[in-house]
Amino acid sequence: MLRRTILSALISALALVAPASAADTPGVTATEIKIGHTNPYSGPASAYGTIGKVITAFFKKLNDEGGVNGRKINFISVDDGYTPPKTVEMVRRLVEQDQVAFVFNTLGTPTNSAIHKYMNQQKVPQLFVATGATKWGDPQHFPWTMGWQPTYQAEGHIYAQYVLKNVPNAKIGILYQNDDYGKDYVKGLKDALGDNAKKIIVMEQTYEVTDPTVDSQIVNLKNSGANVFYNVTIPKFAVQAIKKAHDVGWKPLHLLNSVSSSVGVVLKPAGLEASKDIITARYLKDVTDPQWKNDAGYKDWLAFMQKYYPDGSTVDDFNVYGYTVAQGLVQVLKQCGNDLSRANIMKQAASLKDLTLPMLLPGIKVNTSATDFYPIEQEQLAKFDGERWVNFGELFDASKK
Amino acid sequence: MTARARGIVVAVALATALALPLFVSNFRLFQFTQVAVYAIALLGLNMLTGYNGQISLGHGAFYALGAYTTAIMIDHWNVPYPLTIVTAGVLCLVVGFLFGIPALRLEGLYLALATFALALAIPQILKYFEHWTGGSQGIVLSKPNPPWGLTLSPDQWLYYFTLAILVALFVLARNLLAGRTGRAIVAIRDNPIAAQAMGVNTALYKSLTFGVSAAYTGVAGALSAVVIAFVAPDAFNVFLSITFLTGVVIGGLASISGAIFGALFIQFVPNWAQDISKAAPWAIYGIFLIGFMYVMPFGIAGAIRRLAARAAHRGTAARA
Repeated sequence: MLRRTILSALISALALVAPASAADTPGVTATEIKIGHTNPYSGPASAYGTIGKVITAFFKKLNDEGGVNGRKINFISVDDGYTPPKTVEMVRRLVEQDQVAFVFNTLGTPTNSAIHKYMNQQKVPQLFVATGATKWGDPQHFPWTMGWQPTYQAEGHIYAQYVLKNVPNAKIGILYQNDDYGKDYVKGLKDALGDNAKKIIVMEQTYEVTDPTVDSQIVNLKNSGANVFYNVTIPKFAVQAIKKAHDVGWKPLHLLNSVSSSVGVVLKPAGLEASKDIITARYLKDVTDPQWKNDAGYKDWLAFMQKYYPDGSTVDDFNVYGYTVAQGLVQVLKQCGNDLSRANIMKQAASLKDLTLPMLLPGIKVNTSATDFYPIEQEQLAKFDGERWVNFGELFDASKK
Repeated sequence: MTARARGIVVAVALATALALPLFVSNFRLFQFTQVAVYAIALLGLNMLTGYNGQISLGHGAFYALGAYTTAIMIDHWNVPYPLTIVTAGVLCLVVGFLFGIPALRLEGLYLALATFALALAIPQILKYFEHWTGGSQGIVLSKPNPPWGLTLSPDQWLYYFTLAILVALFVLARNLLAGRTGRAIVAIRDNPIAAQAMGVNTALYKSLTFGVSAAYTGVAGALSAVVIAFVAPDAFNVFLSITFLTGVVIGGLASISGAIFGALFIQFVPNWAQDISKAAPWAIYGIFLIGFMYVMPFGIAGAIRRLAARAAHRGTAARA
């Protein structure tokens, strides 16, 4: 009898001592958090592969420094080749077989769409997904999924705010890719223009990804008398649009979506002279910009790259992106403390308050709440001076009207 | 192999397949369901390539057509999924037959190129008809629950459902290929002029083979839409068509069981390759591929057939 009493006392004491949550969540032990990730290391979208590598390198550094709250990160990153069926298979492997606590920064819109329902049925967090679509911030219907970067619509909001404030008698001509990506950008602009949209937008032109050129669209836009050009194109067509507008002597205020803001891939081929004065929106520090040379955040990033990811390019925005999103996750895990249940991971991800990260542009703050699943919503406009992007003006916040 | 020995092998394989859900997790079962889906597609392609000698690099297009038929019917009209799979099969039969008619003029590598064009075009075509196909975002479906109050998990149900279709289609293929029709199809491959001289209507048989082959692949695509519960253009790129051809050759040309071996290969070997080396998974995959072709030039099914023949020969020799 006595033995049994002692035993039960011991058991209840143990139950009090042991962190209940750590035992409940798959992938979480006293010393480790297992996190899953999919990324296209092969296939047509493999340029994104470096994001997975830089995140892996970042967690290596984190573990070397002792991990988060005494737990090391076990980051399992697998290749899905940007094919949705493979993503489903790999994510099911991660969740059901490897028993990860959650998946993080899975890359691509179609690939994330394929697992969207599954993650929410399984109630496994699908955290900070790497896509600019708008549907990831829908806590009412998908409480286990959260985006990260500013959405295409948010960027559209920002351009609209700029035009409303700075361009009297604006007449906007739009060129956009006829798919979800293009429509998201246009919807963002129209939503923020509000009732004025019908009056201000004088022409909309579309193209298909399969079209050979967008020359005739540019001529039409010029003839419409538009004085603002909202250019929602992927790099190949952005080059054509910039060139053609320059050739036909159309000089509107040129708003270029950030998808095509690469100096090397778009502006140089289009012609630096033709690209002058184009405006785009940014939220990460541009590592090619000399103004960050002595910036502490940039120097830390560079030192990290040299030590933990020496093969990686130090002029590639993706390596800044991966580094920054991983830092965002670390903050979430820190806030979780010892309660690493999936519900609490989601709750803490939705409780980021004015978080600043070293490679975000100064002043940008990450904010989330139970109803706001869009972490980064601020961007700053930058103007191309013929050599590089020069940030100007104040920060825009897409969440404000 | 004698008919009796073959019967025993088939029975054992079937029993193993039926008992599998008792031993493996839902995730593994999902993978084996995909193997069954691939096996149906490979069998379809094998009829065309292995038996009839026409090379297609575009069967991914029929797979996509089947998948989208199912997805659109479920998403837009709420049609029950078994019905959509039948529709997908019939539609692909017709489209495949029609594609087969002009393709008759194209022999060997020229046909391969024409079908390759089909595979290249399909993702863009799917994005073009955005209203129906959901564009690059694709269509999200719900995973079906087991009917009639069966106490199976959705994964177990889909496994049995796919397995049943697989068995039915394999039996059908066997009956088709073992008889008169099958001999005509093979005769066209081996010597089209002689076949014609024997009274085989080569044009009709070639088109029909193309149609049936497309129908099998279409059914597989339809099943994949149900199993994955999602379709998007990125799932049906050129690589898929090439993967199918790889599976057919690795499994064994002109062999029905080869489709299953080929399906196991294309499902699991890329994963193993990734487990071995994350840096160069496709290099490892390539080594596997070359290794298989070197050791088993007639595919896995061919190698097994040879081993069985050798064993049987030894058996008779010992008895004599």
